[in-house]
Amino acid sequence: MEELFEGLLNDHLGFVFWAAVAFVLLLILLAKFAWKPIMAAISERERSIEDALLKAEAAKEEMARLTNENEQLLKQARAERDLILNEARKIKDQIVGEAKAQANAEGARMIEQARIEINSQKAVALADVKNQVASLSVEIAEKLLRKQLADQQAQDAMVADLLKEVSVK
Amino acid sequence: MTGSIAALGAGLAVIGAGIGIGQVGGKAMEGIARQPEASNKIQTAMIIAAALIEGVALFGVVVALLGK
Amino acid sequence: MDFRHILNSKKTLLSVILGVFFTLTTCKTFAIQGENGTTEAKNAEQEAFNPTTAILEHIGDSHYWHVGGETSIPLPVILFTDKGMEMFSASEFHHGTEAHQGKYYTYKLVEDKIRVVNAGGEVDKEASKHIYDFSITKNVVALWIAGIILLIIFFSVAAAYRKRAGKAPKGLQSFIEPVIMFVRDEIARPNIGYRYERYMPILLTIFFFIWVNNLLGLIPLFPGGANVTGNILMTFVLSFIVMLVVNFSANKYYWKHIFMPPVPVWLYPIMIPVELIGVISRPFALMIRLYANISAGHIIVLSLIALIFIFKSMWVSLVSVPFVLFMDVLELLVAFLQAFIFTMLTALFIGTAVEEHHH
Repeated sequence: MEELFEGLLNDHLGFVFWAAVAFVLLLILLAKFAWKPIMAAISERERSIEDALLKAEAAKEEMARLTNENEQLLKQARAERDLILNEARKIKDQIVGEAKAQANAEGARMIEQARIEINSQKAVALADVKNQVASLSVEIAEKLLRKQLADQQAQDAMVADLLKEVSVK
Repeated sequence: MTGSIAALGAGLAVIGAGIGIGQVGGKAMEGIARQPEASNKIQTAMIIAAALIEGVALFGVVVALLGK
Repeated sequence: MDFRHILNSKKTLLSVILGVFFTLTTCKTFAIQGENGTTEAKNAEQEAFNPTTAILEHIGDSHYWHVGGETSIPLPVILFTDKGMEMFSASEFHHGTEAHQGKYYTYKLVEDKIRVVNAGGEVDKEASKHIYDFSITKNVVALWIAGIILLIIFFSVAAAYRKRAGKAPKGLQSFIEPVIMFVRDEIARPNIGYRYERYMPILLTIFFFIWVNNLLGLIPLFPGGANVTGNILMTFVLSFIVMLVVNFSANKYYWKHIFMPPVPVWLYPIMIPVELIGVISRPFALMIRLYANISAGHIIVLSLIALIFIFKSMWVSLVSVPFVLFMDVLELLVAFLQAFIFTMLTALFIGTAVEEHHH
């Protein structure tokens, strides 16, 4: 055990010294000229990538928002169109209905007028017929009476009959 | 003679470490099988644990060789 | 931690990797053979191949860097003695066979350690205590190579970030970036919390330093092959720095937890030493873990290769080379895993030190 440590410092201090110098020198050089720029570049790039990702995300959201808006607009336009069409259809129906009603009323009025006209014509015609029938009947009756009451006797009988009738009553 | 005894000591130290690292590795594998998504963390922890066990074993080996 | 796509992208890649590993394994064999050869040349032929010394030589530090065959590069020796500084090439030692007459003392390599010898050629233990070995050894050079590789990689990556600011990563940059992100998102952030940014440089440096050194250690050819992270002194330096960082960034809750733990007062004499030991023992465990893991990997690979020389039969390689191949692939994983665990535990310790809570 003892001889293991004999001359340890004499033989090995030198290597420890050189190793420490080499490592510390390496550490300083690398830290200053390699790790600093490399770490800076990596974190810088990471930051820029993150930024780009965030921006892309934002752009995507914006896009979605725009699409949504467009759709909204489209929907609105469609609804408006439907409304207008509906209204037009209603107006059309109304106009047609009105026209129909007017036509009906006109027709009915004309029919009524015709009927009145016909009725009045009929009445006139009937009155004419009645007059003619009356005058004809009077004529016939005159002729008949004349013929029947040509002799006296017949006249008397008749008067008697009439009188009887009156007395009965 | 002391050389052989030292070798025996080193061997004994290695047996302990072997059992220990075997346990660590086996349990880590069980853990990974149960939760594959945690395998990265388990691996790191496993390597650290194995390194610590190995460190103790190496103490044993070095002491055994120095005692020669 | 998911780099599998790199591996299964092409089937051809697999064969390329296997080919590379076979080549490297062959190199390892030659390396040991070379080492063995010099030993044999030195000690005549009667001494048998000793696997322990060969392996320890390979994982240890040295004043030479063995390149292959009989060639090795002598490295500069720097000594601080009580009389002054000395500097000469390790070739003066002629692989430890000869003593070198320096300005102040005469030196000799004894088991790759520098010792003062007296006129009679005997090691002078008293005088040896006055010299401090600050040589540029194999591990120091390997450390510099790793450092230069790291600097080249990360300076070019940083330049790529500056040039292609804000754009997607490309080439080397796209390989490194996921690893950096891994350190940040899997290690630093979950363990330290929102103050993680301050500790990113130290965590990243530790992580890549250990990883690159581990990988270089796996290459048996010249630029690699040194066992830097498998050197306890190196891991000592790393964990000492971690200890300093942890304790200097600790807030009052951390210290309160150590010196005024939430236990009855009469337990304080037990608890406070235990907590103080914890302050030391956690970095200590870091040190031992990295050192032992990496060294163990190297030792296993070298032992498998050494089997060929122990049995003195070429046919053993049919068994040992596939095993070495397997170990090397495993070591690739370990290289990453140990870097990860060291960084992870560092982050964990820093996290407990800066955590704001009231128990």
